[in-house]
Amino acid sequence: MTTTSAPPAPPRPKRRPGDRLFAGTARGSGIFILLVLAGVAAFLISEAVPALTAPAEDIPGGQGLADYVGPLVLGTLLGAVLALLVATPLAVGIALYITYYAPRRFAAGMGYVIDLLAAIPSVVYGFWGLAVLAPTLVPFHVWAADNLSFIPFFAGPASTSGRTMLTVGIVLAVMILPIISAIAREVFSQAPALHREAALALGATRWEMIRMAVLPYGKSGVIAGAMLGLGRALGETMAVAIVLSGGAGATVNLISNSNPSTIASNIALRFPEATGLGVNTLIASGLVLFVITLLVNMLARWVVNRRADFSGAN
Amino acid sequence: MSIDTRSAPRPTAHDPGPVHVQRKLPRFAPLGLYLGGVALGAALSALTGFSVTSTVIYGVIFGTLLVYVASRAVEGRRKSTDRLVTALVTTAFATAMVPLLSLVYTVLDKGLARFDSAFFTNSMFRVVGEGGGAYHAILGTLIITVLAAVISVPIGLMTAIYLVEYGTGRLKKAITFFVDVMTGIPSIVAGLFAFALFTLLFGNDVRLGIMGAVALSVLMIPVVVRSCEEVLKLVPNELREASYALGVPKWRTVVKVVLPTAIAGLGTGITLAVARVVGETAPLLITVGLITGTNLNPFDGRMATLPVFAYYQLTQPGTDTQAFLDRAWTAALLLIILVMALNVVARLISRFFAPKTGR
Repeated sequence: MTTTSAPPAPPRPKRRPGDRLFAGTARGSGIFILLVLAGVAAFLISEAVPALTAPAEDIPGGQGLADYVGPLVLGTLLGAVLALLVATPLAVGIALYITYYAPRRFAAGMGYVIDLLAAIPSVVYGFWGLAVLAPTLVPFHVWAADNLSFIPFFAGPASTSGRTMLTVGIVLAVMILPIISAIAREVFSQAPALHREAALALGATRWEMIRMAVLPYGKSGVIAGAMLGLGRALGETMAVAIVLSGGAGATVNLISNSNPSTIASNIALRFPEATGLGVNTLIASGLVLFVITLLVNMLARWVVNRRADFSGAN
Repeated sequence: MSIDTRSAPRPTAHDPGPVHVQRKLPRFAPLGLYLGGVALGAALSALTGFSVTSTVIYGVIFGTLLVYVASRAVEGRRKSTDRLVTALVTTAFATAMVPLLSLVYTVLDKGLARFDSAFFTNSMFRVVGEGGGAYHAILGTLIITVLAAVISVPIGLMTAIYLVEYGTGRLKKAITFFVDVMTGIPSIVAGLFAFALFTLLFGNDVRLGIMGAVALSVLMIPVVVRSCEEVLKLVPNELREASYALGVPKWRTVVKVVLPTAIAGLGTGITLAVARVVGETAPLLITVGLITGTNLNPFDGRMATLPVFAYYQLTQPGTDTQAFLDRAWTAALLLIILVMALNVVARLISRFFAPKTGR
């Protein structure tokens, strides 16, 4: 079917039926995605309405929807921000190591290993957090309660099981580490070779080359990666549900046995047994989570767009 | 940028010019200093009751400091900063390896207990203590994941093609933006969506395998779109232009030139998307539920899936606790093996289908 002859015809674009069909299908898929997203919002709202309009004493807890969701929102943000603070610097370091420090021969394999970290299911992270990480971190909890108790985050008393918000934050950090570092790696490795070589030729050390040629180029990529990581940490369900001993109102104390639960883990723990208005309340809390992640994503998107000159193509 | 060339060559009779003797540490000095620091850390750890953890922590700190100080004294500020960053970056990588190795070791250690043929051939039907297996859950996971992929891959790939090859103006911007937003949808919210959708369609308390597949697709589609879009963007425009110049229609250019060039990345992206949803637990927990028997029909009632099976075995053990925990860890091990197998398949695809490039 390929036309190899090139007749000197006027250069008018020809619309072939194949073209039209293909373009139509592609565009239709895109529009369908928009519809799905609208559907997610619409169906969540329609199922949440009974809880939104119900009298306060009918909501589980008996204090109204705001009192029910408030501590959960706090717990969700606490865990996710903690995870992001731990993971982002580490992830940038890993990405730099793999792209510019590791021996060339092993770099690809190391990237693959970090990718595996991303693919491990969250429920397995929950198992590991409960069986290994929580007991391992108990001495640190005790130490923090003894020495850092003037900081509200470490007010104590220290948990003896280690099933605390601190442990959850670290499990979440491990989970989002590969997401951030994969994207950072991608953009770091795409930093223009000419810039890098020019920097080295001018006598820059490796770190100076990275600071001048790689980091400015990769900054928006790192932010995009952190955004994805935060999104995953906010909505992470199973690891939190398994590790955290939650359900204790609003507190920022990271190391005690009573922690605020998170929205997602609360849904996972209560949904299978919930009935009637309980289901609607949980869906309403899910709607809150949806709105939070939406806002975070839009904010991060805005940050990325301000530095819009980042693109591997064109 | 105008350069003042007049002032540049300033010949001075006495100064022989910037003859700079770069003093360097001997080749193996940094490594030696670092190991010395680790030894120092071990000593400090021994003072306060020896433990491997504190040895490593102190050792890394001391080693990094020693290298930095020595380099600063001998080689100067710039070189020593470079060495410091090298040490920090390497430490970051090593730190990330710790949880991975620990996790894999733990899962292998505890999961191999029940990694036997009974686990793959028996369901949990009428099993209350020892024995039983995950036959029903393995099949359920396969069915639901395949369904999710069948829904997601065509939609995701075509959307990526639209964004890269056809998209213009407001629709492209809107789709890019909302796909980004969708990437951030928490898995549990996707599950709630599927639940709400099917509740409105079929009434209360409905649990179906297809609900899980729909929920997983909501999670999978944006991942597929984003990874495919990134890969398609990397295809050089020169290839497309060469194809157009030969008179090839646009859609054939996409199918015959762009996609084969990008096939390695597409394979990796799609397989990683599948690998991500294979282990999703939360949406299946609230849409598919769990049964002890084998149900292979995703349009009729609850099904068992491997992640949910593992979760309930761990959190709701019966009287014979150890048997339940063993099954839970073996299911976790199986999930990891599944994910790794998918990754290996992705690598093989990309190895065999990657176009030969000059690079």
